[in-house]
Amino acid sequence: MSQYYTATDHFVLVPAIMLALFGCAILLFDFWVFPEPKQRKWLLAFLALGEAFAGYGLWQQHTYIAGQGIAELTAFQGSLVVDGFSLFFNWMFIAAASIVALMSYRYLEVEGEHHGEYYSLILLAQCGMYFLASGADLITLFVGLELMALCFYIMVGFLRSDKRSNEAAMKYLLLGGFSSGFLAYGFSLLYGLSGSTKLSEIGVAIARRDPADPVLLLAMVTTTVGLLFKISAVPFHMWAPDAYEGAPTTVTAYLSVGSKAASIAFLLRIFLGPLASARAAWEPLLVFAAIASLTVGNLAAISQHNIKRLLAYSSISHAGYMLLGLVAGNETGIKGVAVYVLVYTFTNLGVFLVIVALRREGLVGDNIDDLAGLMHKSPGYALLMLICLLSLAGIPPTAGFIGKYYIFLSLIQAGRYVLAAAAALYVAVAIYYYFRIVRSMFMSDAEDAGAMETTFGVRVAAALTGLGTLGIGIFPEPFLRFAGQSLIR
Amino acid sequence: MQHLWLIPTLPLAGFLVNGLAGRRASKTFVNAVAIGSVFLAFLWTVKTLFALAPLETPHIERYFTWIASGDLRIGFDFAVDRLSAVMLMVVTGVGLLIHIYAAGYMAHEGGYYRFFAFLNLFMFFMLVLVLAANYLLLFVGWEGVGLCSYLLIGFYFLRKSAADAGKKAFIVNRIGDFGFSLAVFLIFVAFGTLDFGQVFAKAASLPVEHTAGLLTAVCLLLMLGAAGKSAQVPLYVWLPDAMEGPTPVSALIHAATMVTAGVYMVARSATLFTRAPLALDVVALIGLFTAVLAASIGLVQNDIKKVFAYSTVSQLGYMFLGLGAGAFSAGIFHLVTHAFFKALLFLGAGSVIHALSGEQDLRQMGGLRSKIPVTFWTMLCAAVAIAGVPPFSGFYSKDEILLAAHHHAPWMYWVGVITAGMTAFYVFRAMFMAFFGSYRGRAHAHESPLVMTAPLMALAALSLAGGKIDVPRILEPVFPRGEAHHSPALVAISVGAGFAGIALAWLLYVVRPALAGALAERTGFLYRLLYGKYFLDEIYDALVVRPIERVSRVLLWRGMDVGLIDGAVNGAGNRAQGIGGVLRKLQSGYIRSYAVWVLAGAVLMLVTVALAGGGR
Amino acid sequence: MTTAVPLSWYLILSAILFGLGVAGFVFRRNIITVFMSIELMLNAVNLSFVAFSYQLRQTDGHIYTFFVMVVAAAEAAVGLAIILTVFKNRATLEIDEVSDLKN
Repeated sequence: MSQYYTATDHFVLVPAIMLALFGCAILLFDFWVFPEPKQRKWLLAFLALGEAFAGYGLWQQHTYIAGQGIAELTAFQGSLVVDGFSLFFNWMFIAAASIVALMSYRYLEVEGEHHGEYYSLILLAQCGMYFLASGADLITLFVGLELMALCFYIMVGFLRSDKRSNEAAMKYLLLGGFSSGFLAYGFSLLYGLSGSTKLSEIGVAIARRDPADPVLLLAMVTTTVGLLFKISAVPFHMWAPDAYEGAPTTVTAYLSVGSKAASIAFLLRIFLGPLASARAAWEPLLVFAAIASLTVGNLAAISQHNIKRLLAYSSISHAGYMLLGLVAGNETGIKGVAVYVLVYTFTNLGVFLVIVALRREGLVGDNIDDLAGLMHKSPGYALLMLICLLSLAGIPPTAGFIGKYYIFLSLIQAGRYVLAAAAALYVAVAIYYYFRIVRSMFMSDAEDAGAMETTFGVRVAAALTGLGTLGIGIFPEPFLRFAGQSLIR
Repeated sequence: MQHLWLIPTLPLAGFLVNGLAGRRASKTFVNAVAIGSVFLAFLWTVKTLFALAPLETPHIERYFTWIASGDLRIGFDFAVDRLSAVMLMVVTGVGLLIHIYAAGYMAHEGGYYRFFAFLNLFMFFMLVLVLAANYLLLFVGWEGVGLCSYLLIGFYFLRKSAADAGKKAFIVNRIGDFGFSLAVFLIFVAFGTLDFGQVFAKAASLPVEHTAGLLTAVCLLLMLGAAGKSAQVPLYVWLPDAMEGPTPVSALIHAATMVTAGVYMVARSATLFTRAPLALDVVALIGLFTAVLAASIGLVQNDIKKVFAYSTVSQLGYMFLGLGAGAFSAGIFHLVTHAFFKALLFLGAGSVIHALSGEQDLRQMGGLRSKIPVTFWTMLCAAVAIAGVPPFSGFYSKDEILLAAHHHAPWMYWVGVITAGMTAFYVFRAMFMAFFGSYRGRAHAHESPLVMTAPLMALAALSLAGGKIDVPRILEPVFPRGEAHHSPALVAISVGAGFAGIALAWLLYVVRPALAGALAERTGFLYRLLYGKYFLDEIYDALVVRPIERVSRVLLWRGMDVGLIDGAVNGAGNRAQGIGGVLRKLQSGYIRSYAVWVLAGAVLMLVTVALAGGGR
Repeated sequence: MTTAVPLSWYLILSAILFGLGVAGFVFRRNIITVFMSIELMLNAVNLSFVAFSYQLRQTDGHIYTFFVMVVAAAEAAVGLAIILTVFKNRATLEIDEVSDLKN
C-alpha cells in the first residue's frame, strides 16, 4: 500500500474490485472451462460468488461505519465515498442483480442466446452502479455512468438475430450517447466554474457565485438534461418505451430497476451536493419534469397492449413520483425517494419475473393477452403479479403504498398541496391500466393450456420479490430506518 | 387480547387455500373451505362479542407499528365497539348465509373455485374495513373490497357487458377513492394521527370555530368517498351495471355489505360530521336526492335485478338521509334491516333466475307463485319489510329515519314519504309481475334446492322479526340518543304511503294489467325519461368520458408530433405523408425525433431559467 | 499567461462544436454519421475541459479529457458492433428505417 493506494482506498474499493474480477473471470471460464452450452449454468455460481464477496465487502463497510459512528469514509482523495447513502443503494443493486441473474437462465435458453458474457455484463454494469452510488468526483461518476450504460447497450441488444432487440440497442446507444454529451458538457462547465472535479469543492464554489450567472445556468441545465434522461423523465423519456420493449425481458427488468436506481442515486448526489445552493433555479425544472412525466407516463400507458411497453410508461410515471420527493426537498422527501426506489426495485422485478416465467417456446408472453387466465394456469404467479401490481398502483398494505405515502407526506409538509393533489389524482389513473392486466389474469380464459415451465432459480426469485413487496408493505419499519440512515451525509 | 385478527384471517386462509389449490380440488372441498372459513369467522365473532360484553367502551388490540415517522405512529390495530360489533354480525352472519346459498347457485358454473376464492377474499377485506382502528387500515379494506367487487362483477367475463360493468365500477370508484385519500391526508395533517380514538378526541377538544372550515373540507371529501362506494349521487351509476355479476355477489357485495361501507365510514366519523353542520346537510341532501331519483327509476325497470339495484341505491340514500339528519343510529339500524331484506330479495331473485334458467326479464315471468312457492313466500316477507308494513323490520328502521328527518327539516320527511310510496310500488310491481298472473316465459320452472332455500328462509325470518333488534339502543354508547321523536300521525302517514304503493301496484299489475301499458303510453316522455334512467349514463359519457379519451388520443398522440416535429425534421415530403392519414403518434419510432424532444426540452429549460434569472 | 487567445474564444468554439454535433445528430440520416456526431459533441466537451484546465493551471481537466477519450473509444467499439448487427438484420444504414418500435 502506498500513498496512492492506501488501506482505506482498498477498503472502499473492495466491492467494485470483486464485481469486476468475477465479471472478467466469467468471461475467461466461459471460454476455457465451460465450452459446452449445457455447462453455462455453472457461471451462475461465479456470479453468486462475486455478489457474495461484494456483499461481504459492503457488509464490512457497513459495520465499520456503524461501529466507528462516522458519517462517511472517503478514499482516493475524496473521489469515492462510503456513507449510508452509498451503502443503501449498493445493497439494493446486489439484490437486483442477483434476482435478475436467477430469472435469466431459462429465459436465455429459450431465446437461444445463452452466453456467458451475459452474467459478466450483469456484474460489470453493477460495478458501474457502484461508482455511481459511491462516486464523489465528476470523473468517477462519469466513468461509472458510462461503464453501466455500455454494459446495458450490449445487453439490450443481446438477442443478436432479433431485429427489435438490435433496434432497441441502437436507439438506446445513440440517444444515451447524445444525452451523455449534454451531461459531459455540463460537467466541463461545472469544472470551469469551480476549478475542481470534486463534488464538495464544486458545491462550495457554486454557493459563492451569483445564481444568475449564465454559465452556471447553462451548466445546470445541461447537467439536468443528462440526468433526467437517465431516469427517463419527460421530455427525455422517448428512449425508454422502445428500449424496454425491444430488450430481452430479463434485461428490461435489470434496466428498469438497476439503471433507474443508480441514476436516481447519481441525480440525488448532484442535486443535493454541488447544485444544492442553486435549488431555486432547478426546482421549477424538476417540477415541470415530474408533472410532465406523471402526465405522459400515465396517459400513454392506458392505451398500450404490450406489457413491457406499458411498464416502460409506468416506469416513466414512477420517475415523476421520485422527482416529486426531491422537489419537496425535506427530510421526509429524500427518505421517501430512497424508500420509493427500494420498493420499486422489488415490485418491478416481481412483475417482470412473471413475464419472464411466461416465456417459452412459442409464447413471447409480453402481450397483455398472454396473461389471460393466468389464475387458472398458475395461481401462484397470478397472485405474485397481483401483489406487485397493487404495489405499483400504491394500494396498501403493499410496499408501493409506503413509497407513495412518504412522497405525499413530504409534499404536504412542504406546503405543496397542488402537487400532492395532482400526484394523488394520477394514482387514480394509474390503477386503471394496472388493472387491465389484473383483469386479463383473473377474468379471462387461457388461450392455450400450456403449463408454465419454471426453474428453481425463477421460483426463488419469485419468492424474494413477493416477500419483498409484501414484507416492506406490512413491516416497513426496518426498511424505513435503513432508508433514514441513508440521509447521513 | 381476544385475537380479533382471527376474524379476518380465517376467510383469508380460505382464499389462499382455494386460490392456490382449488383448481384441482373437488367442489365439496372448495365448499368446505369457503363456507367453513366464514362459519368459523362468524363463530369467532360471536364468541369474541360475548367475551367482550357489554362493550361500552371500544376494545382495541394493537398488533404492531405499521408506519412511524417522527413521533407519529400508525399501527396495525383492530378495534371493536358496539358499532363495529353490529357490522361484524351483519357481515359474517349474512355473509355466511350467502356463501351457503352460493354453493347451490354456482354449482353448475365454471370457475367455481375462483368464485369462492374471491368471495372469501372479499370477506377478509370487508372485515378488515370494519375492524380497522384507524383511517389507513380502513382504507386498506376499502380498496380491497373494491378490488374484489371488480373481480366478481366481471366474473362472467365472456359477456362484454360484464367486463364493461367491472370497468365502470372501477373508474367511478376511483373518483370516490381520490376524495377519500385526500381526506385521510388532510386528517393526518390536521391532527397528526389517523387513529380513530385520537382523531375524534382531538377534534372534540378543539373549539368549533377553529376547526369548522377544516372539518367541513374533510367531511365533504369523506362524503365523496362514501358516495363512490355507497353509490350515491353523482357517483351511483356503477351499481346498477354491477348487477352483471353473479347474483350471490349482488346480494353480498352490492346490497348487504360493501355498498354500506360508506354509511359505516360516515357513521364512524360521526364526531367529525357533527362538528361540520354544512357537511352534514350535504349528506342529508345527497341521501334524499339519491333516494328519490333511484326510486323513480326503479318504478319502470323490467330487469328484476335492475329493479332491486335501483332499490338498493334508493335505500342507501335513506341511510345517508338518516345520518345527515343526525340520527346516526337510525342510519345503521336501516343498514342492518336492509342487509336482511335486500339480501333476501336478491337471493330470491337469484332463485327465480335459477328456476327460469337465466331469465331476468320480468315480462317473461308471471304466475310463478305456485311453481316456486318457497321462493315466493320468502320474497314476500322481504317485500313487506322493505315496503314498511308494520310490524316488520323495515317499518321500524325507516320510521326512525323519517322521524329524524322530520325533526331536521319537515320537507325532507314529505319527500321521504313519497319515496316510501314509490318503494312499496316498485317492489310489489316486481313481485306481482313475477309471481302473479299467468306464466309468459318458455323455460320450465323448478324450485331451487334446499341449500339455496334454507338461507332464504333464515333471511325471511330476520326480515320479519329483525325490527325487534333495537339497534339504536345497542348503539347508545356510541351515538347517545337524543329525545325520542314520537308522532303516531307521522308514522301513520308513511305507513299509509306504503300501503298506497302496494295497492297501486296491485291495481296496475294484477287487477287491470292493461292499465300499466296504457299509463306508460300516456306519459310517454316521463316514462322514457325514467326508463332511460334520466339518461345520466349518456350525459356522463358525453361530458366526462369522451373528452378525456379525446384529449389523450388526439392531443397527445397525434397533434404534437405530426405537426411539429416531423414538419421541422423530415421536410415537406414526409409531412404530406403524415397528413395523408398515417396515424403517427408522439412516440414516432424515429430516433431523430426523439433527439429533437431532448433538445427541445433542454432549450425550454434553458429559456425558463434564463427568464427566471436563476430563480431570484 | 502569455496566451493571445482568451478563454472565452475556446469556450465559444466548444459551444459551436457542441451545437454542430447536436445538429448533426438531428439532421443527418446515416447511422454512422449520427454516431460520429456524438463523438463531435464529446470532443467539444474535451476542448472545453482542456481550455479550463489550461486557464486554471491544473491537470484535473486533462485527466477528465483522457477519460472522456477512453469512454468514447469504448463506446465506439460497442456502438459499431451494435450498428453492424442492425445492418446485418436490415441491410440499411438509413436511420429512419430503423423505427419498428413505436407508439
